[in-house]
Amino acid sequence: MSIEALALSSTMALAAGLIGCFAVMRRMALAGDALSHVALPGIGVALALHIHPLFGAVAMLLFAGLLIWAIEDRSHLALETIIGVVFSGALAIGSLMTTGEDLLEALFGGAGMVSLPEIVFGVLTAAAVTIFVLWQRHALIVTLVSPDIARTIGIDVKRLNLVYLEMFALTVALGLRYLGVLLMGSLIIIPAATAKRVSRNLTQMLAIAAGLAILVTIVGTLAAAHFQRPTGPFIVTIAAVVFFLSALWGES
Amino acid sequence: MTENPETVSTEDVILDVNRLTIRFGPVIILKDVSFRVCRGESVAVIGPNGSGKTVLFRALIGAIPSEGTLKWAPGIRFGYVPQKIDLARDLPITGFDFLRARAAGQSADAALTHAIAAVGLTEALCRQPVGSLSGGQFQRLLIAFALMGDPDVLLLDEPTAGVDEPGQERLNEIIERLQAERRLTVLLISHDLSVVHQHATHVLCLSGGTAHFGEPRTILTPDLLHEVYGTPVAFHVHEH
Repeated sequence: MSIEALALSSTMALAAGLIGCFAVMRRMALAGDALSHVALPGIGVALALHIHPLFGAVAMLLFAGLLIWAIEDRSHLALETIIGVVFSGALAIGSLMTTGEDLLEALFGGAGMVSLPEIVFGVLTAAAVTIFVLWQRHALIVTLVSPDIARTIGIDVKRLNLVYLEMFALTVALGLRYLGVLLMGSLIIIPAATAKRVSRNLTQMLAIAAGLAILVTIVGTLAAAHFQRPTGPFIVTIAAVVFFLSALWGES
Repeated sequence: MTENPETVSTEDVILDVNRLTIRFGPVIILKDVSFRVCRGESVAVIGPNGSGKTVLFRALIGAIPSEGTLKWAPGIRFGYVPQKIDLARDLPITGFDFLRARAAGQSADAALTHAIAAVGLTEALCRQPVGSLSGGQFQRLLIAFALMGDPDVLLLDEPTAGVDEPGQERLNEIIERLQAERRLTVLLISHDLSVVHQHATHVLCLSGGTAHFGEPRTILTPDLLHEVYGTPVAFHVHEH
């Protein structure tokens, strides 16, 4: 694995681990998975128009984040319901628009060279997500405990929710290259869910989730290269094994 | 339409509510509710379930829009303690994680220590996940959070709901002490008419969308309570 690829996948995993902590605490675990599917129609459109698939995915994900936020604000439905209903359909639409190898790569991630625009996008986006979570962690906590209390101390709850969803969407876009549409949601959710089980405070949870996400990404990437198999399934399998071990450990 | 509470300048009146109406779609929750709160007063808000007590508080903090007049005195800072919050018990969030959102600047640690001492919490308790705190301890944590903003007014939405008897007494003591020490104005939603009779300077009784406002002896009458609750209501009167 090249240094660039290592750096890029590590920063992607860092962002995924951090943003995932609040997704898990906000009970958005399934939502994360469904949201990642929405990238697929974007990739399909981009391929049809002969532009970089990443741009299509990012545009579609950001739009999806905005749509979820607007529906939640207006309908007061549970976030999981909205994302589940609206965006599982995206997978269906996306599969109709993408075909063959492109579809397989979009779904499960692919190997191949990392281009310079991808590196620049990846590092900048991961930095933005990381800074957002660390900087806003206390505001996110108060909003989680009580949006009304958050309002009384001057937190713009609506705006914070929108920025969070867009950061989540961008994190999904970060991982599409390595894990694909189907599995990126898992890298966001599983390390954070593991960290939630074993942590006793917020700092521990953020550190463990980020560390675990980076670890499973590097080990998974190396294992995939060794066995000459796709990266995404390896990363998520290792993450899931760690989660189950921690779950069993916690019960004893 | 009052999106955000405006301000009034009349001295000593810190909250002026006049013909406040709140509706959710076609449903009118509160209609033409009027009352005034002066500095240092203790106003109890009572009424049957569903009479709009929490909705009124949410309008007072600017969380929901309302019609009519809702004016806070200029520069008033309020601390809000919401109704019992159902948090997942396994969140790895400690009391300190929560309180630090309110603590900023150089004196953050001092303010934090001061606030938890004021509500009788220990540092050890604040290092535990909030899900492991008892109902009473969690309510005291919420009050500590409100105190960190150095409020002039405390709005407490049924702080003793779901708390055991000794915990309730402790919360009532803390609220009374804070009010005396800090010259706080308190707005308190309560179902405990004995406590209301003992502590409140004024009572706002909501029922069927409308309101009765006055001193406890004029509001907590058998006839009015019977009319509001639809059944005879008795409560224990503490003699001093």
